[in-house]
Amino acid sequence: MTIRRRDLLTGTAVALVGERLAKADVISGKLPWHPDAGSPPQLVRAGRWEFFTGEEVAAVEALVDRLIPPDPQTPGGKEAGCAVFIDRQLAGGYGHQEGLYNLPPFHDGVEQQGPQSEKGPADLYRAGLAALQHYCRAQSGNGHGAPSFAELATERQDEILGGLESKAITLEGVDGKKFFEQLLKDTMQGFFADPVYGGNRDMCSWRMIGFPGARYDYRDWIGRHNERYPYPPVSIGGRREWTPS
Amino acid sequence: MPERPHRFTPALALALLAGGCMSRPARADQQPAGQDFAQVERGRYLATIADCAACHTDGRSKDQFAGGRPIETPFGKVLAANITPDRETGIGNWSDSEFDAAVRLGRRPDGSRLYPAMPFPYYTRMSQADVRAIRAYLSTVPPVRHEIHADQLPFPFSIRASMWLWDSLYFDPGSFKPDSSKSAQWNRGAYLVRGPGHCAACHTPKTGLGGDRTQQPLQGYSLQGWFAPDISGDTAFGLGDWSVEDVVAYLKNGHNRLAAASGPMAEEVADSSSRMTDADLQAIAVFLKNVPGPSQVAASLSPQDRQMVAGAAIYRDLCAACHQQDGSGVAYLIPNLARSSSVASREPTSLLRVVIHGAQSVGTAGEPTAPAMPSFGWQLSDEQIAAVATFVRNSWGHAAPATTASVVHKARPLDSAGG
Amino acid sequence: MGRKLPPQDVVIVGLGWTGSILANELTDEGLTVVAIERGPWRDTASNYAPNYAQDELRYRIRHELFLRPSQTTFTFRNKSSETALPIRTWGAFMPPNGVGGGGVHWNAETWRFLPSDFVLRSHLTQRYGARFLPADMTIQDWGVTYDELEPHYDRFEYLCGTSGTAGNLRGQIQEGGNPFEGARSRPYPNPAQQQPFGATLFAKGARALGYKPFPQPSGNMSQAYRNPLGVRLGPCSYCGFCEWFGCANYSKASPQTTILPVLMRKKNFQARDNSEVTRINVDPTGKRATGVTFVDRNGTEWEQPADLVILAAYTIFNVQLLLLSKIGAPYDAQSNSGVIGRNFTHQTISDCTSFFDKSKFVFNPFIASGAIGMCIDEFNGDNFDHGPHGFVGGGYMGQVQTNGRPIETTPVPPEIPRWGARWKEAVRDNYQSSLKPGTGVHGSMYSYRDVYMDLDPTYRDRLGRPLARITMDFHDNELKQNRFLTDKFAEIFRAMGAQRVVKEYRKAPYDITQYQTTHLCGGAVMGTDPKSSALNRYLQSWDVPNLFVMGATAFPQNAGYNPTGTVAALAYWSAEAIRTRYLKNPGPLVHA
Repeated sequence: MTIRRRDLLTGTAVALVGERLAKADVISGKLPWHPDAGSPPQLVRAGRWEFFTGEEVAAVEALVDRLIPPDPQTPGGKEAGCAVFIDRQLAGGYGHQEGLYNLPPFHDGVEQQGPQSEKGPADLYRAGLAALQHYCRAQSGNGHGAPSFAELATERQDEILGGLESKAITLEGVDGKKFFEQLLKDTMQGFFADPVYGGNRDMCSWRMIGFPGARYDYRDWIGRHNERYPYPPVSIGGRREWTPS
Repeated sequence: MPERPHRFTPALALALLAGGCMSRPARADQQPAGQDFAQVERGRYLATIADCAACHTDGRSKDQFAGGRPIETPFGKVLAANITPDRETGIGNWSDSEFDAAVRLGRRPDGSRLYPAMPFPYYTRMSQADVRAIRAYLSTVPPVRHEIHADQLPFPFSIRASMWLWDSLYFDPGSFKPDSSKSAQWNRGAYLVRGPGHCAACHTPKTGLGGDRTQQPLQGYSLQGWFAPDISGDTAFGLGDWSVEDVVAYLKNGHNRLAAASGPMAEEVADSSSRMTDADLQAIAVFLKNVPGPSQVAASLSPQDRQMVAGAAIYRDLCAACHQQDGSGVAYLIPNLARSSSVASREPTSLLRVVIHGAQSVGTAGEPTAPAMPSFGWQLSDEQIAAVATFVRNSWGHAAPATTASVVHKARPLDSAGG
Repeated sequence: MGRKLPPQDVVIVGLGWTGSILANELTDEGLTVVAIERGPWRDTASNYAPNYAQDELRYRIRHELFLRPSQTTFTFRNKSSETALPIRTWGAFMPPNGVGGGGVHWNAETWRFLPSDFVLRSHLTQRYGARFLPADMTIQDWGVTYDELEPHYDRFEYLCGTSGTAGNLRGQIQEGGNPFEGARSRPYPNPAQQQPFGATLFAKGARALGYKPFPQPSGNMSQAYRNPLGVRLGPCSYCGFCEWFGCANYSKASPQTTILPVLMRKKNFQARDNSEVTRINVDPTGKRATGVTFVDRNGTEWEQPADLVILAAYTIFNVQLLLLSKIGAPYDAQSNSGVIGRNFTHQTISDCTSFFDKSKFVFNPFIASGAIGMCIDEFNGDNFDHGPHGFVGGGYMGQVQTNGRPIETTPVPPEIPRWGARWKEAVRDNYQSSLKPGTGVHGSMYSYRDVYMDLDPTYRDRLGRPLARITMDFHDNELKQNRFLTDKFAEIFRAMGAQRVVKEYRKAPYDITQYQTTHLCGGAVMGTDPKSSALNRYLQSWDVPNLFVMGATAFPQNAGYNPTGTVAALAYWSAEAIRTRYLKNPGPLVHA
């Protein structure tokens, strides 16, 4: 299996099911190996949205940009590609809880028994974003012309997010707090994960904190105490300096 | 059992195969060699050095020496013969002198010529006594009925007679003649390398017609998607930097403190040299280190060269975690690039193959770890691989022409013969 | 029963650490051995190569190297009175899957238990009196002593190239090592790893408070190493992608890097991957195992007959298989009868996060290995007088931070919001100048009547078998222990000059969503009395003498250390008994 280094517009980057299963034959005599063995991640590229619809896109981009606002030094969630990350994750196995135990019966347990949801994140976003839009429109009077979440002022957007987080605001038909927690978790993961997954564009979060990314050799630095590591971050997809200029 | 790659023998610019199988009517003067145990045992050992099984045993079957394994040539496939003692489909009917003529003169009992897919130009250096011992050993293996229909090559390549031209250019028959000015150990090494070991079959550059370039003995050759490196005593490109112990350890265990055997050489180590005596391996080492090298010293590319700069970045980010920032690797585990003849070789074939597709080094009883290099072909573009190849081939004292993206591109498909 | 395969001398369920150790030992004895592994074959260059292994999302967050709950999982409740629900996604622990098992993605912290840990009930009773122990605490002596296991600890450490500084060499306390450890016969095979700034600062702070810090014993190589089997490992490069991840440059001890290259070359050994053992088969007397039944990747059922069965799967699966195969009396918590499922334990973990002046401290937290760190052992086991404190047990503590991976490790002070501009600023300001060890306080969990395993009545796996059910909650003893230890831990960070130390005590109820190590232990424990143990002191089943059960399953209670060193030592100890005694005379090795 040769994985070509090509950019894929379909960005189901993370294989939840795990690497390709080997044949269940008997293994003996030597360590198995074949050329091009392995299951590298697939590079996500921004482009066509896979999961979110037009109105949803505007809302999600606005949401991630409040959770992680832009500032002069570092992009916010939108420019960092967090919405792209979430879009590709939801379009893939993650969206429908692939690999998790999804057999019934489903009962709500206590918090320490963990999530017991029959529906996965994809359903939660669909319902949550719709309910959020409904909430926003209802807040500002009726019907046409009422602003959607994306059109609200940032202070108002922050208020709504804070209200969902504290449960001061509830949404119709959807657990608003649960939706908020899912969104927060996914946004943060998109911000800090390797850029091959669509977020953390140009390794902006890693530059922000000084995390060198996918580097693997610090033998010449382990003994250098209290001295900032100077090299720029690297992604699994590489960095600019890898290509001759 | 892992599937073995098809064999490709380089001296096959004219390699064609006549038809038919090996059977002939019985003759009165055919006598198999005596069953003296010491001779049979000696023959078994020599057959290991000559690595008859590499071609004559099809890895997919368990029948030793029963032939049928395809050997890749530029013109098509040649099938190795059945050399078990079967009287109809093997060589059970042959006399000892007929066997000797095949191995050392490239002639079949009916007088037709063998193609140098069978490395008789090297086996000719063996003594008659050694070949007789091999015959004695082969007579003891179980006879296997396996008819080989070898004719797979199209006209005009099907004419064996044309081999007379090749033979007249490149075939120098006759047993090895010791050099009295050299030690017994050197002479033993020369015999093994030039004769049964047939190292030059892969490691000596070839002419357009597939004959050895005898002015450049053992200075490297490209085949099966790999570059069999320079194994002369040259310090820049060959084994000059290796001690005799290094050479012995490599041949015996597949690993020494600097390098690891992978690809076709992994098979060679596993099937042949790991089973040779230490004394013979030392003789080979002494001989090889005394083979003169190309002695060309070029200048390395400047570190400011744009490919070198990019290659250095890739090397630090991707390669140093195993091969170390200074290229020294980890003795017996990760090859030492700074002192690797494979890295510095005339052609970057092996280096590119390993970077693009990965490679598993051989596991032997002495060195079982068998570490593998992962593949980077999915991750790096042609330009990037060219940059890092140029970087390692011009660092730590190495010097080589820059590698281009188009060379990398051509190296991407796995050779169907190589596997 | 499925199609029958040709019989083997030995069948081993699971090819992780103990499966690989037993396979190598028993093939050396000339026996034919087949190991059946539920998950896939794994190998360094093919499955965790150094150009994509360092992926936090894939391996730490999405748990790709671990068992998929869709393949099988467990149910969980705190108390017997509650209804257990499935663990639909992992949190508190991460069961391994695949060849190499947990040995692929562990962090290689390689400890020995204390001598007193093995005779815990006797020791504590003698020192504090029986009434000092809670009435429902079911701790037991193991039936084997530290001295008996010492050569086997040594063997595992030399197999792995463990990097460390000895603290007690043949009774002589050594400077720089752990002064509390049991005596070892010889030094570690490799010197301790180098330590990053945060760890050396912790050691300094600990020394200032009168403690004796030492480097954590590490299965990440401090230098290139060749083990006694001839297998070679390379030097660790402190990459910071250790636990949860496979090691891409052959520098973490695992079955792949220490045993499998030799084992796979043997003609009398075979491995099957992607094959799940569903049952241990016993003959009509119920006293003799005849082999195992397994299901291959295509769902086809097979029977593998064998003379000797070694159960070498992860703790919970060992116990579940015993229950499903009806071997041994299942534990019933109400009546306190039976043994299979009893004495089930985990670990009591907590942490401190500390914040330093960013103009004075730069920690480079991403430069680390899995078993890096400086630790103190003053508060482990019975190394201190528990009399005034009203609890038993303890743990090591240390600045054992293994990573600076940003999804997991971007600490901010607790009053900072979890999102927004202030959050972003706090992340930026604190990343390089904060310390978050992770499992910084690594405390014991002792065993109790109402903490156990059994089979769930409702939920089933994809093959229709009942899931294992875990009933677990914290007891006051462990919560007190943890409070005490965490307070001591925080003092050290203050002594290091932290501006702010945030304590994160372990609190009840036991929460399946919070990661607390994968050190689940017990359920089929070893002992001297078949009424309170499932295995004798050689890990041989009391009920079925040709069945041996490896792993932390045998621990009657868990100590304040990572279990793998002890798991491996017991495996070698058991293998020796099988080789030198059982094979010559198959039958019970101990008559109770």
